[in-house]
Amino acid sequence: MAAKRAERLVNLVIALLSTRQYVTAARIRATVPGYEADDGSDRADEAFKRMFERDKAELREMGVPLETGRTSVFDTEDGYRIARADYELPEIRLTGEEAAAVGLALRLWESAQLAGAAHSALVKLKAAGIDVDSSRAIPLQPRLDAGEPAFEPCYAAARDRRKLEFDYQRPDEDAPTRRHVQPWGVVAWHGRWYLVGLDLDRQAPRQYRLSRVVGTPKVTGPAGAFEPPADLDLAEVVARQVGGQEQLVVVRARPGTAIGLRRHAVPLGPADDGDDRLELRTTEPGALADQIAAYGDDVLVEAPAEVRDAVISRLTRLAAMGETA
Amino acid sequence: MTHPGTDRMTRLLALVPYLTARPEGVAVAEVARDFGVTERQLRSDLELLWMCGLPGYGPGDLIDLSFEGDRVRVTFTAGMVRPLRLTTDEAVALVVALRTLLELPGLAEREAVSTALAKVSAAAGHAADHVTPVAVSVDAREEALAVVRDGLERRRALHLHYYVPTRDERTERTVDPMKLHYVDGKWYLEAWCRRAEGVRLFRLDRVDDVVVLDEPAAAPPQAHERDVENGVYQPEPGSPAVRLRLSRSARWVADYYPVDEVSPVEAPAGGLAVTVRTADLAWARRLVASLGGEAVVDEPAGLAREIAADARAALRRYGVDAAPTPADAG
Repeated sequence: MAAKRAERLVNLVIALLSTRQYVTAARIRATVPGYEADDGSDRADEAFKRMFERDKAELREMGVPLETGRTSVFDTEDGYRIARADYELPEIRLTGEEAAAVGLALRLWESAQLAGAAHSALVKLKAAGIDVDSSRAIPLQPRLDAGEPAFEPCYAAARDRRKLEFDYQRPDEDAPTRRHVQPWGVVAWHGRWYLVGLDLDRQAPRQYRLSRVVGTPKVTGPAGAFEPPADLDLAEVVARQVGGQEQLVVVRARPGTAIGLRRHAVPLGPADDGDDRLELRTTEPGALADQIAAYGDDVLVEAPAEVRDAVISRLTRLAAMGETA
Repeated sequence: MTHPGTDRMTRLLALVPYLTARPEGVAVAEVARDFGVTERQLRSDLELLWMCGLPGYGPGDLIDLSFEGDRVRVTFTAGMVRPLRLTTDEAVALVVALRTLLELPGLAEREAVSTALAKVSAAAGHAADHVTPVAVSVDAREEALAVVRDGLERRRALHLHYYVPTRDERTERTVDPMKLHYVDGKWYLEAWCRRAEGVRLFRLDRVDDVVVLDEPAAAPPQAHERDVENGVYQPEPGSPAVRLRLSRSARWVADYYPVDEVSPVEAPAGGLAVTVRTADLAWARRLVASLGGEAVVDEPAGLAREIAADARAALRRYGVDAAPTPADAG
């Protein structure tokens, strides 16, 4: 930002903070340095108006609570002021350990939007007198939102409660389809990011993997267009859909093989042919079938039939590879 | 930062309150460090603030700073005594991150995180009402995490029982822990492996057992931290090429592992042809078999034949007779 504009904005904030009265635009123009002076010409008036509008927008975007109103009924036009109580960060005192926790937490963000917000939050806490030592070496490097280009537009739309449209590619469909959604929020569930919202075409809540969003989502319509359900728990919505029902699967494995399966299995004792019978639990039978098929003839599924069939169909496709190669 | 202008404004509005909270003065270099800018930038910010003040803008109205040696102090604030409230984005960044830390198992600073969260939420006030747009749910079943963190913090070596999926075997090793990473929902321990004599990443959900040893962690000086910015799998340049055709539902492989020569293919529709470079053909064989036919090996042909033969042997156990290949027939 140009130094002149920054200087003007700081002066504007100080001037409006220092008064309880509403100050008219004309008065601001006359007192705060840096505005186009009133020389009676329309050109100068126009230039001032544009400049002042831009400045107001900039301050509001930063979160400065700029109020509009009239001090008395005799005032002929609206004025501006900043109520100190709304402007100032309330008193906050953190112990050394709490400040260190805040420092660590703020390093979780990677996306430009929230990493930038984390940085400015830190600046404000320091300005409130808190010493956040962000250099303390913690041998922990968590990452939350790395590498999802759809994260920022989806987050911003959910924050502003604006409708969102985007192309979504399901793995089992040939081409992406256009979705129209009321975005309720974005949620990381066990390391994968989802957008949760109301699908306006289906009129039902849905979740979307951010990695399957094609291109950049677009917001449509005004802000504040909807209210998410009051008792919304984003993580719970995804857990219900993605988590699924737990299934029991019984397999036979040749002794000494299938170490990976045995890590999470309950041994059921030997089968008549000397193989080990193992009981497995899964919420994702497809993924388990993948894993079992990769063990080849070391592992045989006893039950249930669906998992057995899923493994057989995988093996049948694998067996055909010799023909096409 | 996305908004350098807004950043500067945030800083300008925060600088006077920052100095007000530290009436004894602060070294200019330290202020610059705290605000994450160069000393030169900070000095230009302070010079700008010196020109600002209350309407009237006379000598008694302007913000006044005093410099003593390399330290700066504020002597007149012009009413800028507290920082601006947190914005919604700032409240989200803080509150969601603290909540995430609370979900992490084995966190030593749990109590401090929880009280910090309460205080920050109270101070964020209205802005914290809008934190619902983001939530993070961490898979908290990592029992190994608490032990590994303990070892890291006390700088002790660790003894691991570690499952290696590419060879489907359990290994035992002693490692010198260096750092913990949380990438795409998985925890990784970066450590010097004494057996392999190199830095390795260990995925914590593959750690079957871990104990902290009573000997200091001593990663040798040549142990450099790996760059995990671009994923945890590193390509192996110069290794033999395995050419795969991925169906649509196996396209994730191209994002997950380092591949090159990526090109779309007609058959299967929506598929991708990729080249994986690896010296470990057993790994490639296991990967392709675990994709259950959603990936086809074009090269090397021997690998495709081995995978098909394995699958036919397995099918025989199910009493299913796979169609014989031309090789079997001929």
